[in-house]
Amino acid sequence: MYRYDDDDKRLVRERAEQFRGQVERRIAGEITEEEFKPLRLQNGLYLQLHAYMLRIAIPYGLFSSGQMRQLAHIARTWDRGYGHFTTRQNIQFNWSKLDEVPDILDALAEVEMHAIQTSGNCIRNITTDHLGGVARDELEDPRPWCELTRQWSTFHPEFAHLPRKFKIAFTATPGLDRAAIKLHDIGVRLVQSADGDPGFEIWVGGGMGRTPIIGACIREFLPRRHLLSYLEAILRVYNLNGRRDNIFRARIKILVSSLGIERFRELVEEEWAASREDAMEFRDDEIARMQSFFAPPAYPAAGSSDELLLSYRQAEDLEFARFARNNVVLHKQPGYSAVVLSLKSFDAPAGDLSDTQMDSIANLADRFGFGEIRATHNQDLVLPDVRTSDLPELWRELQTLDVATANAGRLTDLICCPGLDFCNLANARSLPLAQEIRQRFDDLDYLDDLGPLSLKISGCINACGHHHVGNIGILGIDKKGEEFYQLMLGGSADDDASLGRVLGPAFSRDVIVGAVDRVLQTYLGLRESDDETFIEAYRRVGEAPFRDALYGQVLYANHPPA
Amino acid sequence: MRIIRQREIVDDGWVHVATDEALPSSGDVIVPLARWQSEREELLARTTGRLGVRLPNDRPLAEIAADLPRLALVAIEFPKYRDGRGMSLARLLRQRHGFRGEIRAVGNVLRDQMAYLERCGFDAYELTPGKSLESALLAFDEIAVTYQGAIEPRSVSRLRGSAG
Ligand code: SF4
Repeated sequence: MYRYDDDDKRLVRERAEQFRGQVERRIAGEITEEEFKPLRLQNGLYLQLHAYMLRIAIPYGLFSSGQMRQLAHIARTWDRGYGHFTTRQNIQFNWSKLDEVPDILDALAEVEMHAIQTSGNCIRNITTDHLGGVARDELEDPRPWCELTRQWSTFHPEFAHLPRKFKIAFTATPGLDRAAIKLHDIGVRLVQSADGDPGFEIWVGGGMGRTPIIGACIREFLPRRHLLSYLEAILRVYNLNGRRDNIFRARIKILVSSLGIERFRELVEEEWAASREDAMEFRDDEIARMQSFFAPPAYPAAGSSDELLLSYRQAEDLEFARFARNNVVLHKQPGYSAVVLSLKSFDAPAGDLSDTQMDSIANLADRFGFGEIRATHNQDLVLPDVRTSDLPELWRELQTLDVATANAGRLTDLICCPGLDFCNLANARSLPLAQEIRQRFDDLDYLDDLGPLSLKISGCINACGHHHVGNIGILGIDKKGEEFYQLMLGGSADDDASLGRVLGPAFSRDVIVGAVDRVLQTYLGLRESDDETFIEAYRRVGEAPFRDALYGQVLYANHPPA
Repeated sequence: MRIIRQREIVDDGWVHVATDEALPSSGDVIVPLARWQSEREELLARTTGRLGVRLPNDRPLAEIAADLPRLALVAIEFPKYRDGRGMSLARLLRQRHGFRGEIRAVGNVLRDQMAYLERCGFDAYELTPGKSLESALLAFDEIAVTYQGAIEPRSVSRLRGSAG
């Protein structure tokens, strides 16, 4: 992974120092809360219902065992003994004290971490495929490009005060997308031209929130040396033309959809033609230097076929076999596997991890790999380089940590925003609902029968739980002071991205889980084969059978939907 | 009025003249864009004193681009501290239009955006009234490492230029 040089180290130290000064000036009253707010936001510090929440960047989801131990130390020392992994491959601490945040930043700087630009109207943490560098189906490792983009976007002076937040994601797998690039302000896919030259396909104007939009392709092929000048051209057109009069109309997706992609493309290409400077182009040796940080580790030989993993998947120990099927991914390197640690156990809120779990996982990352850990969009973790023959032993360790639930990619691997328990924008609680769903559908055989299925829950229309792109999405709303839940179906964040649709009136808290069950039953009843996934079946039959099942007279005779 | 120019606190000799104010017969004046556009000939006919234009940040630079050789100063308005349009405008003024005169930030200008502003091409700052200029001067050097060129483009990998 990328290692900081002296400049990088100096930057994060100076940043911590700068923020210490800003906090002191705030406490001394030299700056108003209104003036302080953008400063703390650019440093990931939100004021929530009960306390400050500090969001720490895990660039493109990649971090080390040493960094994990420091996060555990922070959880213990300055928080309540746990941290929360987010859908943007970051980690949040929910109970920060303002005057202690500079100390936390110092502790982060010690391990080459920071909270820079994890919120505010600026370029946020760069995200990518959590299997980058080990995925068998990728064209090339996307992470060197993520790191180059991270550095370029860090304290970019021109784009520090954009109309609204700005998210960039990378993917490198043809025909598949584990990074949801079409739902980002800019999505970048590593591709090859017809002549085999490496470059990028650029998407723009996607996003969730109140107005979910699937992005549009602005450029089918950009030679790779031009990446940053092209990103600058897009950002400049947005910075100058994006709306600033209405926070809900300020994202680039609104600009792109109001101008139309053709007009927006013209503006960007015009700007790019005028501003592109040779000095900003990457030379091949610079690209190679960055790639060298991400070179594969020296894997000790570990057998050369997938047979062992395939046999584990049929093992007599049914629980282990299920884990090997659902949570273990084939690796680029023969004899190795990538392992998903589920942060969706039955007890803790999705994405939460205690300090002791963090320490233990750090130790496992050293013992069963090269000290690397990945955070996923799905709020899980990945140990990327496990010798396949070590899987039984690792699995036993993971079980004792309660992170071995074999539900990766299954219904209960759901994502869920903090909702009314923490967030001051929420309309409804989301965590207890997620909990109830995980408990209600705790039969792993049933989950396997349902197959790949995404469930996403948001506590309000800001959509932090990405409900629009869940195969099943749930949105908390407020009806005359009571919590209700809208159910939507048919969303997908994959390469064939689609937005879910609401089929009818919202459900009250006591019937929403039953409604989800009804959807699942309907799917099982109409699928053509066991292999037809929920989303495939839904796309084939359309919404009618589901609407009938949900809103037919009989089901809700006693609990009419609101 | 005291301002910061080229990282120093100085007494500023420029005078802002609003649209409805009488134009002083001599001295350096900054006029709003609208006045510049409606009284261009009279303004150019002045024999003493330099000219500056105050540009709202939602107007395209094309409106003054042809006149830049006659202007010694462009003031860019920050209606709100968080409104970053002026940053792109300054960068375009320097890079695309080669403007060498003073680019001054006016309006809601605060210490904590000045290091960014400087890198975008600003060299003078009228701080929001009541804010300490002495304190603001310290902001320029808080973070010495820059990852990207701004008015001097460079690729990320060749960056590390300004540290130390
Ligand atoms: S979706 Fe709404 S309730 Fe949930 S975290 Fe986001 S803003 Fe808060």
